[in-house]
Order: sequence, then C-alpha cells, then structure tokens
Amino acid sequence: MMKVVKRTYMGLIFLFLYAPIAVLIAFSFNSSKSRSQWGGFTFDWYLDMIGDRQIREALTFTIVIALLSTLISTLAGTVSAIGIHYMGRGVRTAVLNVNNLPVLNPDIITGVALMTLFISSGLPLGAVAMLIAHVVFSTPYVILSVLPKLRQMNRYTAEAAMDLGATPAMALRKVILPEISPGIISGALMAFTMSIDDFVISFFTAGTDATNLSILIYSMAKRGVKPSINALSTVMFVTVVILLFIINRKSEKGEELML
Amino acid sequence: MRMLAWPYVAWMGLFVIIPLVLVLLYSFTSGDIHDMTTWRFTLDNFARFNEPIYIKVMADSFLLAVASTLICLVLGYPVAMIIARADLRYRNLLLMFFLVPIWMNFLLRTYAWMSLLSPNGLINRLLLSVGLPKLEIMPGQGAVLLGMVYNFLPFMVLPIYSVLSKIDRHLLEAASDLGANRFLTFWKVIFPLSIPGVISGITMVFMPAVSTFVISALLGGGKTPLIGDLIEQQFMSDRNWHFGSSLSIILMAVILLSMAVMSRIDANQPVEGRRAA
Amino acid sequence: MKRQPEAAWKQLPNKRRIEGTGNPFPRKNRCKGTKKQFPMKSRIALFLMSLMLLASLSGCGAKVTLNVFNWGEYMDETLLEKFEKETGISVNYKTYDTNETLLAKMDAGGSSYDVVFPSDYAISEMIKKDMLLPLDFSRIPNYKYIDPQTKNLSYDPGNKYSVPYFWGTLGILYNKKMMKDPIDSWNVLWDPKYKGQIIMKKDVRDSMGVALKRLGYSMNSTSEAELRAAKDSLVEQKPLINGYYGDEIRDMIANGDAAMGVTYSGDPMDLYWDKSADFSYIGYVIPKEGTNVWYDAMVMPKSSKHPKEAAIFINFMLDPDNAFQNSETVGYTSPNTEALKKMREAYPEIFTMDAYWPSVEVLKKSEVYVDLGDVKTLYNQLWTEARVE
Repeated sequence: MMKVVKRTYMGLIFLFLYAPIAVLIAFSFNSSKSRSQWGGFTFDWYLDMIGDRQIREALTFTIVIALLSTLISTLAGTVSAIGIHYMGRGVRTAVLNVNNLPVLNPDIITGVALMTLFISSGLPLGAVAMLIAHVVFSTPYVILSVLPKLRQMNRYTAEAAMDLGATPAMALRKVILPEISPGIISGALMAFTMSIDDFVISFFTAGTDATNLSILIYSMAKRGVKPSINALSTVMFVTVVILLFIINRKSEKGEELML
Repeated sequence: MRMLAWPYVAWMGLFVIIPLVLVLLYSFTSGDIHDMTTWRFTLDNFARFNEPIYIKVMADSFLLAVASTLICLVLGYPVAMIIARADLRYRNLLLMFFLVPIWMNFLLRTYAWMSLLSPNGLINRLLLSVGLPKLEIMPGQGAVLLGMVYNFLPFMVLPIYSVLSKIDRHLLEAASDLGANRFLTFWKVIFPLSIPGVISGITMVFMPAVSTFVISALLGGGKTPLIGDLIEQQFMSDRNWHFGSSLSIILMAVILLSMAVMSRIDANQPVEGRRAA
Repeated sequence: MKRQPEAAWKQLPNKRRIEGTGNPFPRKNRCKGTKKQFPMKSRIALFLMSLMLLASLSGCGAKVTLNVFNWGEYMDETLLEKFEKETGISVNYKTYDTNETLLAKMDAGGSSYDVVFPSDYAISEMIKKDMLLPLDFSRIPNYKYIDPQTKNLSYDPGNKYSVPYFWGTLGILYNKKMMKDPIDSWNVLWDPKYKGQIIMKKDVRDSMGVALKRLGYSMNSTSEAELRAAKDSLVEQKPLINGYYGDEIRDMIANGDAAMGVTYSGDPMDLYWDKSADFSYIGYVIPKEGTNVWYDAMVMPKSSKHPKEAAIFINFMLDPDNAFQNSETVGYTSPNTEALKKMREAYPEIFTMDAYWPSVEVLKKSEVYVDLGDVKTLYNQLWTEARVE
C-alpha cells in the first residue's frame, strides 16, 4: 500500500518536472519557428544547430565555466564550511549572514556590483571575471548544503580520531569527509545548476569575447528563440540521461561509490 | 579547523563585502553614477520607498515567496524522504533525475510552461478535447506560484535529502521498538533530526524567491509587479542605480531580519543528530 | 526566403575563429619556435604567452578584430564571413537582448565595442552622454543609398553618429478569428467588449506612448498633466487586459491566448515569413491616430579601438547586395533604397502590408522616440504606479 502511494507521488512529481521538458523537446522537431503552431516534423533544427558557430562557442564556454566554477566552489565551499562549523557562534552567524548575501541579492545587484568592482580594479571583463562571479554566487549554496551535514555529524568523532593519533588532515579525510559527502555532492550539483542557468550576472561580467548559452538564448528573445536551441537542449538532455545510466550501471558494481 | 574558513572570509570580503559597500554608497547618494565627484549624500532614496505602492510591492513579493517556500517544503520533504529511503542503487539516479530538468535553460523552461498553461495552451486544449472545463491560471498568481515551485523545488529537496540520507536507521528501529507508530517516529525522531536540512532548504528557496521577477513577468503577465521587478527596472530602464540600490538594501535588511528570526527558532531545536538521540 | 535552416547549416564554420576561441589542438608552429629547445622558465613564459595569444583571439599577426554587438538573430551571419574574406578584418560577433542591457553595459565601460545597433531613443541618450564617435562618412560612401527620409531624424539631428539599419512601427497585432469588428484605433485596447483579450507591452515608452497617443498627445510628451492623464487611462484599462508582456506577445496572439496585443511591426513580419505554418489569421494594424516609428541604427561607441575598420564594416553592410541579402534574412524594412528596390522585385506582396510598408498618411502622424532626459523618471514612476494600483 505504502509503496503504491510512494510510487504514485514520485510519478506525479516527475510528471510535473518533466512536462515542460517534453514540450521543449517536441518543439525541437517543429518546422515552424513559432511556439504557437505545429508546422510539421523536421530534423532541420538539429542540422542548423550543428552548423551554428555561435551556439558551438557558447556551449563550450558554458560547460567549461560551469565545470570550473563547480570544481572551485565545491572545494572552497566544503573547506570553508568545515571552518565555519568550528567557529564560535557569534562569528559563525556573522560569516553566514555575509555568505547569504549573494543568495538573497537580486541577480541584477550582484551583476552590476561585480561589474563595477571588476572595472574599477582593472580586471578585464571576460572569461576570468565571469568565472570569479560564478564562484561568488555558487559557493554559498555549497556551504549551505554542507553545513547541515556537519551539524548532524558527531562533533567528537574527529576529535577522537585525533586523540587516537590521526593528524588533522587524516581526520578530515577519513572521518569528516565521508560523513558529509552527501552534502558535498548536493552542493556541487547546485553549484553546477546555478552556473549553467545564470544569465544576468554572466551578461554583466562577460567581456566582448565571452558569451554563454543563457546570454545567447536571452538575446534571441526579441526575434523568437530559434528551435535550434531546443534541439541543443534535447541533445544535452539525452546525453546527460545516457551518461547517468552508464555511471549508475558502473557504480552498481562498486556499490556505495558516492553516498 | 576554524582557520579553514579564513581564505573564504577574505574572498567574501573582496567579492561580497566590497560590492555591498558600493551598493550602500549608491543608496545614500545621488548624482552621476560613474562620476564619484558628483555624488552627494542624501536620504531621498529611502524616503521614496515610504510610499504605499512600494510597501504593497514588498508585501506582495514576501507573500509569494512565503507561499512558494511552504509549497516547496510540503512537496519536497516527502520526495527527499522517498529518495533517502530508496534502494542504494537508485538513490543517485533518482536524485539526478530530479535535477536534470533545471539544467535546461530557464527561459526555455518558462516558455514551455507558458505553452502548457496559457489560455489556449496545450493543457487547456487537452481538457477541452475531453470535455472538461478550462484551467484558467495563466496569467495569474497561480501560474506564478507553480513556476516558482518548479524552479526552486530542487533547492528544498537536496539539503533535506542529504541530511535524511544519513540518519541512523537504528534510531527508527528503536523508536518503533519503544512503541512509536510511524507518525510518531516521524514527528519525534526523523523530523527533528532533519531540521538543519530544512533550514538550509528554506534559506535557499525563500531568499531568491523574494527577489524573483522573470517568472512573475512571464507567467503572471506583469500585473502584480514584484520587488525584483522594480529593482531591475531601476537598474535597466530608469538607470537610477541610486534608488535601485536603496530598494535592494531595504530588501536585504528585511530578508536578513526574517532569517534571523528563523535561526532563533533553529537555535531552540536539538540539532546535533546522534547526540540528541 | 533565406531564413530557413537549410541555408544556415550549410555554411562551414570559419576556421580562424574556432582556433581563436580555444581550440585545444592549435595548428603546429603557429607561433614559431618549438617547445623542446627552451629551458623550464622560458617554457612557462612561452606557455603564458601562448595563453595570451589564444585569449586575444587574433592569432600571431596584428590582425584587427572588430567587436560587433547586435540584437540576437538580427543579421544574416553569412555576411560576416563574406566581410572577413573580403577585407581580412575578423569579426567577433556577440548579441544582446535589450537596449537597456546594452546601455547599462556601455555606460559602465570596461569593454570595447566597435559597432552596436541601438534603437532611436537609446542613440539619443548615448549622444547626450557623449558615448558615441562621430562617423567618418568619407569612409562610408554607400551611405548614399540610404533613403533621405530616414536621415536626420530627431534622435540624431544632423545625422553625425548613426546609420539606420532597419525601421518599423508600433501597432496592434490581432487574431482575425477573435475580433468582432474591424479595428483602426488605439481605442480598441480600452474596449470592455474585449475584456481579458488585450495584451499591453511591458515597456514604459510603448505603454505610456500608446496611452498618450490615444488621448491625442505626443508620444514624447513631457507635460506632467498629459502624463498623469495617460497614467490614469492605463489604470482604467488594467481590469480589461490579459497582461503586460514583451517579446512573447507574438506567440501568444498567434496561439489564440488573447485577441490582440501591442507589438512592433517586426512581429507580424516574423509570422509572415514563417511559411511552415499558416498564419493568415494574423493581422496587424497601425491605428489612425498615428504611432511610434522606430529605428535601429549602427553606431560606433567611444570605446571603439578600430573606428576605421568599423566604418569599413558599416559601409559593407550598406552595399546594395549585402543590404538586400540582410533584409531578406531579417525580414524587416530596410532604409536602403537599393535593397528596397530588389526586395520589391523579389517580394512585391509585402509592399501592400502595413507592417512592412506603412502608408504615408499614417507616418505623417507618427513620431520617433527621443530621449526624455530627466522626465524619464516621471515616466517610470507613473508606469510603476499604473501597474501596482
């Protein structure tokens, strides 16, 4: 009984999550550029996507920035979260409040403020500036997702390990990290999500030669977003799904690989 | 261990505090934004806020943010629990399938929702074809809420999941051995232990939800402007960064205040997992 | 029509550009010297240098790269390759979404653009703020093809800074199947008969402008009394409207989500050129009270490092063949007389459409937006009030 309820519930949630994705995929095969009419089935947008220089550039750039910023912010966020966890209550609250600022600020504020900072400090706008900006707004999410795991962890295990002769580094690696790994993974996933989906902050920190998919897509709004973008999203989606299944198959053998 | 956080504190000083100081400076001055010599100290930017329309916009934004946070919590908690209890083999997969949709571009996803929900959209065509009445939620607050929940749900599920995934199963067994039914076990054991995750989730959903505006513009038809909308307008079409900054300073203050209230509630809860048990 | 995908995918990628943006396998020896013969230190230096080279997009030679910043989907991009081939100047082509984002970004400085394509009121503001370089028309001989009626407009008096790129009007896009009567006036947007069927534009200038024009005032009015009257009529209209939208209006009207919406003439043109579906049920009307005539024009920001090459680029875009090819792809009305001649031969039917070729009478009653200066704040404030109340 409970199982049926659970399955139905998850089914409905996944229907909710994937309904728009299904629409998005369907439009990638629509020969009409307008979302309002079905002009007939076509693969043309896929060919168009392959030939499109701007899409290719933006895609590469988006993925590189997303991976780099995820890597940096996950590392930095995890290490900092551990530090913050061991801080005194007062300092911790202050640090966490500052940490929350990029999350609560409207993107436009973060974008404009960072742009002004970069310009006045002489750092050229472009890939590096955009990467810094992405790390700035992703790291708080990692911290917010790692901290609860630290609080859940028994404070004394690490100390016990050190009493038993482990160096702090060993205690970190052997005791703390395995305990908080689900938090790290979900933090990394959020960081990646934030980076891949950001438009406003990227726009303001991008220089003349950097652009990402979001910037490209938003700039198409005036004339209507080309279904080639839907085609690209479909390809990305299918790739990710296939990758997930392969990874899952592999980790089945090694069991508890990640969590 | 605590020194591990210092590099990040320095980083925040550079990329969070300095921009914040900049925004503060803008908010207390007027003049040409790119020429500091023309800046004059003023409180006008804040005085301007004290008009009924801005208060109303702020209230609307908070209401929507609170509503969407609550819906995310109610919908997301069971999801997190189901994933955390799932067979180890499927957990990662389930979790990832939860996230993959929001890797598709935000604008495209929102357009897709418009195609689904609009008055003559796909859902309504389907309903009509089977003789059911039309669903009239777009443009309107219903559609805005739906869009917000759609975009923020993963940020509620992930932190709750990561906390739930490592709750000691023995605790649950102990509870049921001691005669607690399912509900009691949940309410007295599981939920209290998951509070840190819930707080993180609420933080990550509520804070960005207050300042959101594209969703409300596209699914709500812009008839109820939100504070994020006004701030964007100040920076973009009005290009009055001074007033825009003061709006966002006020927004920041109000959110931090409400989060402080939350963390007080948090502080009164037993949170240190196993020790509490 | 060239806009269909088959034309676009055939074009081969431009090799030079892909290398510039970080090809992991750059052609060997492109920067002379092989790694082996250098000691560690210079190897690092070499590595840094090659990074810088990769970053600078220009390869080894001192080749000029123009930064061209345009609206998305607003140019036949095969022309860029033609330009690169003909002149040896490379183009770094990037796109933006609104005049406002462009202005905010140019205003802040920090990036150098050579050619951008803002609209009338944005140009007027840029001129006032001294953000543009005067154009050297001796380098732009093809300027002679520009229709004199589209020169010397109020946003750039004396026509020193801009060369018009495309132009059009503001009007009402409607679904013929959903209209009860023929429409010819802005008043229809206030008609209670169409409650819930009206979409207004989510834009200060356009919405206030429509309200002003309906009341018989100028769309550039700076009189507070007139502006307040316009705001009141927007408040009065609010219960009737479906919503305030931007670029989405085109698809919403085409989808039958509402009967009519205020849009630019480019929207009916986009639907017209889309031959894969039947959009004959869509109409576009310019109300008899007159409307806004908009211009997007090419200008050269002060931050330009290559004004000479930028002028060559502008001249290239004005070449009759190129301008024709471009207006064929984009589908909007060109100010280039030669391109128009060719368009008339190839597509005579569009010259009977209000959206492409509005009547002279209505144009006479219409206005181009100019920058409002300080009154802009009042516009924004009233517009915010109108939406919140």
